[in-house]
Amino acid sequence: MIRYSVEEEYKGMISAYEKAGGDKSVLESKDIAKLVVHENKVLANDSIKGLKIDTEETENGVRVNFTVEKGTKVPRPVHLCFGLLPKEGLQEIIMKVDAQDDSEVSVVAHCIFPNAVKVIHKMDADINIGNNAKFDYKETHYHGEDGGIEVIPKAKVNVGKGGVWQSTFSLSQGLVGRLDYDVEVFCQEKAVAELVVKVYGRGSDDIKILEKIHLDGRGARGMAKSRLVLSDKARAEVRGETYGNAPYARGHVDCMELVNGTEAVARAIPIVEVTDDTAKVTHEAAIGSIDRKQLETLMARGLDENEAVDVIVKGILKS
Amino acid sequence: MLVVENLQLKLNGNSIINGLDLHVGKGEIHGILGENGTGKTTLANLIMGTNSYRPTGGRIIFEGEDIAGLSVSERAKKGITLAWQEPARVEGLTVKDYLSLSAKNGGADQIERYLLMVGMEPKQYMDRDIDATLSGGERKRIEMASVLAMRPKLAILDEPDSGIDIVALPLLLNGIMEMNRQGSSVLLITHSEKVTEIAHRVSVLCAGKIINSGAPLETNQWFKNNCLTCPHINEPAH
Ligand SMILES: Nc1ncnc2c1ncn2[C@@H]1O[C@H](COP(=O)(O)OP(=O)(O)OP(=O)(O)O)[C@@H](O)[C@H]1O
Ligand SMILES: [Mg+2]
Repeated sequence: MIRYSVEEEYKGMISAYEKAGGDKSVLESKDIAKLVVHENKVLANDSIKGLKIDTEETENGVRVNFTVEKGTKVPRPVHLCFGLLPKEGLQEIIMKVDAQDDSEVSVVAHCIFPNAVKVIHKMDADINIGNNAKFDYKETHYHGEDGGIEVIPKAKVNVGKGGVWQSTFSLSQGLVGRLDYDVEVFCQEKAVAELVVKVYGRGSDDIKILEKIHLDGRGARGMAKSRLVLSDKARAEVRGETYGNAPYARGHVDCMELVNGTEAVARAIPIVEVTDDTAKVTHEAAIGSIDRKQLETLMARGLDENEAVDVIVKGILKS
Repeated sequence: MLVVENLQLKLNGNSIINGLDLHVGKGEIHGILGENGTGKTTLANLIMGTNSYRPTGGRIIFEGEDIAGLSVSERAKKGITLAWQEPARVEGLTVKDYLSLSAKNGGADQIERYLLMVGMEPKQYMDRDIDATLSGGERKRIEMASVLAMRPKLAILDEPDSGIDIVALPLLLNGIMEMNRQGSSVLLITHSEKVTEIAHRVSVLCAGKIINSGAPLETNQWFKNNCLTCPHINEPAH
């Protein structure tokens, strides 16, 4: 395998990040907390007061301890950037997050694999959100057009009393490859969990999504939302599960999958279960095709059919 | 510019369009007046190629070429566009993006002006989505603005006045006349003879056929005298 020098790698990552629509000045600014990892090498790591990012390079990746100290309100989003520039390789990120009581942070993660032909990206996260802490996590993937990539994100999240966990996972640039997304959240008293997944599958993409929320504390609230669009021979299975186990828990599962063409296959499996008679969990699941009239509206303005599909898909995955 | 000859459409065994002839000249606002269910929207769909409607007989000639077999996109690229009676909502598409993609062939910097032309404050609407949160009248006005932005050769407007209040209606009619002055021909479909006052020529549609055609003043009056009281809606022409 060709090894890049650290400097080359950093340049490569920044340019890939820019190409993917990222703002390069963010990665160059010292005032913004960030972590940039290429393969198993940490290329940049800037912490700020009240926020610690400790890393350890392992054989195939990096171990990250991400700590937001008690009461710290991080003013600007923290940027994480994980990637692999060569065509082949394995990257394993083992992440431990400790957002202590009353802290507040927003994290923007970019996962960049522009050249992947045979790449595996694994993320194992163990996340603890303290009492009344608020954590907003947005992860966006940028893949190439080969589709030779496996993405396997797994996370267990515990949200303390009155805490808030919000996550959005987006994969709509480049081919997905194989995705096995698995997130499980446990909500304590009055805790809130909002999970959103947005994926555009094409080619022979193979997508599995599992969003699981346990509403274990009194008055806990959960929302598991997914938006998928599938074209070509892509297939997807989305499971949204919510368990209302405590008094006055409220949950909602919302899966929407749109299929474009006749060969893509979508499955949605919402599971809702309530073990307390004052808890309430609802679900809606819809699988449909792209609306003919929406398409024709855009085509009547001069767009080709596939340009019109793109506009509609972007809209669906945006909201 | 547009010549429709002996157009026919049968749907589920019913004749919806029944040997319809129509001629829209270059630079003309041509009004189509018709009661509910006379085939106005069907005619619009046939000319635009939408709703998978293909004539079961007759021809649709645009600038000398039969377009009846072309896709919606191909017709739009030739300069034809349609403002729907009930425009579609598109989740996540902003007014700004919708108007910019309509204005692809020039005029992108003018999209704010097109909103003003239909009586909408750009600041208030540019970043809104054209989804279910817009009111019916707002969505209709944006539809008009997007047609204005496209600067088409032929604009088919299917009841641009429906759902529009009396304050906005004159603005909208002004917009249509302005578009016409800038070179667009207009097929102005409506059931209101107030709206066809701005037309150069008016045709009356009944049971899928043009039953009278002429100057606006006389034809509007004829429509009022004959069609508003006609009990034979959806029966063969008299
Ligand atoms: N798929 C169909 N099968 C049978 N009849 C149809 C079908 N689609 C439309 N029609 C009929 O065709 C006629 C014309 O419909 P169209 O929508 O063109 O009327 P319109 O003049 O636009 O009416 P409105 O003023 O209510 O908009 C109506 O009687 C309608 O019921
Ligand atoms: Mg109609």
